Amino acid sequence: MSALDPVSDRPQFCRVATLTGADIVLGVDGAPVHAIAGQSVLSILLLNGSLVRHSEFTGEARAGFCLMGACQDCWVWTEAGERLRACTTIASAGMAILTAPPAFKPAS
Amino acid sequence: MSRIVIVGAGPAGIAAAEVLVAAGMDVTLLDENRQPGGQGYRRPIPGLSLDMSSLLGTEAGKYAALHRRFEALRGRLDYRPGTLVWAVEGTTLHVAREGRATTVDYDALLLATGAMDRIAPCPGWTLPGVFTLGAAQVALKDQGCLIGRRTVFLGSSPLLALAAQQYRQLGGEVVAIADTTPFAAKLGALPGMLRAPRTLLRGLAYLGGALFAGSPVLNGVTPLAIEGDGRVEALRLRDASGRERRFACDAVALGYGLKPETQLAELAGATLVYDRDFRLWLPKADAQGRAAPALYLAGDGMAIGGADAAEASGAVAADAILSDVGRATTSPTRARQRLVRFRGFQRSLARAFRWPVEQIRALPDDVTLCRCESVTIGEVRRAIAQELGPVEVNRVKAMTRCGMGRCQGRVCGPALQEVVAGATGGNGASAGRLRAQAPVKPLALSVAEAP
Repeated sequence: MSALDPVSDRPQFCRVATLTGADIVLGVDGAPVHAIAGQSVLSILLLNGSLVRHSEFTGEARAGFCLMGACQDCWVWTEAGERLRACTTIASAGMAILTAPPAFKPAS
Repeated sequence: MSRIVIVGAGPAGIAAAEVLVAAGMDVTLLDENRQPGGQGYRRPIPGLSLDMSSLLGTEAGKYAALHRRFEALRGRLDYRPGTLVWAVEGTTLHVAREGRATTVDYDALLLATGAMDRIAPCPGWTLPGVFTLGAAQVALKDQGCLIGRRTVFLGSSPLLALAAQQYRQLGGEVVAIADTTPFAAKLGALPGMLRAPRTLLRGLAYLGGALFAGSPVLNGVTPLAIEGDGRVEALRLRDASGRERRFACDAVALGYGLKPETQLAELAGATLVYDRDFRLWLPKADAQGRAAPALYLAGDGMAIGGADAAEASGAVAADAILSDVGRATTSPTRARQRLVRFRGFQRSLARAFRWPVEQIRALPDDVTLCRCESVTIGEVRRAIAQELGPVEVNRVKAMTRCGMGRCQGRVCGPALQEVVAGATGGNGASAGRLRAQAPVKPLALSVAEAP
């Protein structure tokens, strides 16, 4: 994700309760990211950076908002061409997440 | 036998299911979440070592009891988690589950669809790191995470202090609790709050400041801007004395009370009326939750009341269904009394923790109002200012796309109402409400096309 956003190095979320489960690896913008089975896609993104996605309309960085499937501001893309709502989607091994629409190039 | 469909497996839906199953009815319980409990009594994901009883304090017993009661019911009804109801047509629900579309027919429909945070925008509110107050709790209860290390709780709600207390308990820094309602207004609402349920008394106690020795608790603030370069770095506000203050932080939890999820109720035939205390459009129903033929409402999706009111209203609405299908009623006298008391209390709360009408109407033109479509308040005001410009929110939506995005105005709707009311010299009733449209949430095209 840091390739997309220079301020994303420090994670937004802070884990305060231990999660035990199988280790999984998924791809985020082409880079491998380690996670634990059961986590939402959104929590993985925000435990590893500061954004969830770039708005397809303005390119603005967004990090979700309501986390309960109401605001629809955390839809991400997959390399396979699907769209996922990050807050309500449980991550699975091998998912390949894109934080910007496949054709979108954020301004540098 | 009559098929009863309940939508929502929070306290209202579970309490209703319990009554109906005990009466031997055929009950289908559809829930968008993967686990029962709704938002407030949400259960951590499997494998998460979060001590919910310590987190929930005085409400821990109710949380545990609700989940126990659900487990006793689980095999006795048709429970379908992870199921989105996206449209209602006649007496048929259109549902999507695991990417497949199906329909469910009902003889009686009980909607217990819950609520989400009501949001007032401010400059910078779309920055990464600004979340709803509900999100701050979901991140914690569902995923075991805090939304940031140094959090400001901003808005107007007793739940600001409750969430802040949970964050502090788990090692988060509570930078400030900043409430837009002046302290005097809170005192004025005290008489009506003497009937407070324990949870809210706890919230009020925290707001009193005794438990926040280290964090400022401010009343009567005016948010000026959430600042940061690509993410939240500070909240700037004007305090009650007029002094400008800046709080460095890395997250903001934003909440101005709750607003019911009324979209399905509207599609199923409920009438919505403007409520002057809550300044919200709420579905009309009788004291037992009857909203239209075969349509019943319960919980926060009908009237904001909190978990205790939701449970009571679920039992009351279930009894109304039994009575209407000619079964013996359960005479839920105690639940009815509790419901009247809790809802009366919430009405007082709405006066003590005010929706900041004047602040919203005074927001600068460049503030984003609709975060889905990036429509600013200025664009809405300019549309209204035209000759023969719109005076009602649905016309404004058609002209500006405000409220037309994926959330269907769930987030911007209440603020749009005030901006339109302010620019037209009207009020919430004249500004109107954004009409519900099916699908009530986005569906993948593959679902819509499935046979």
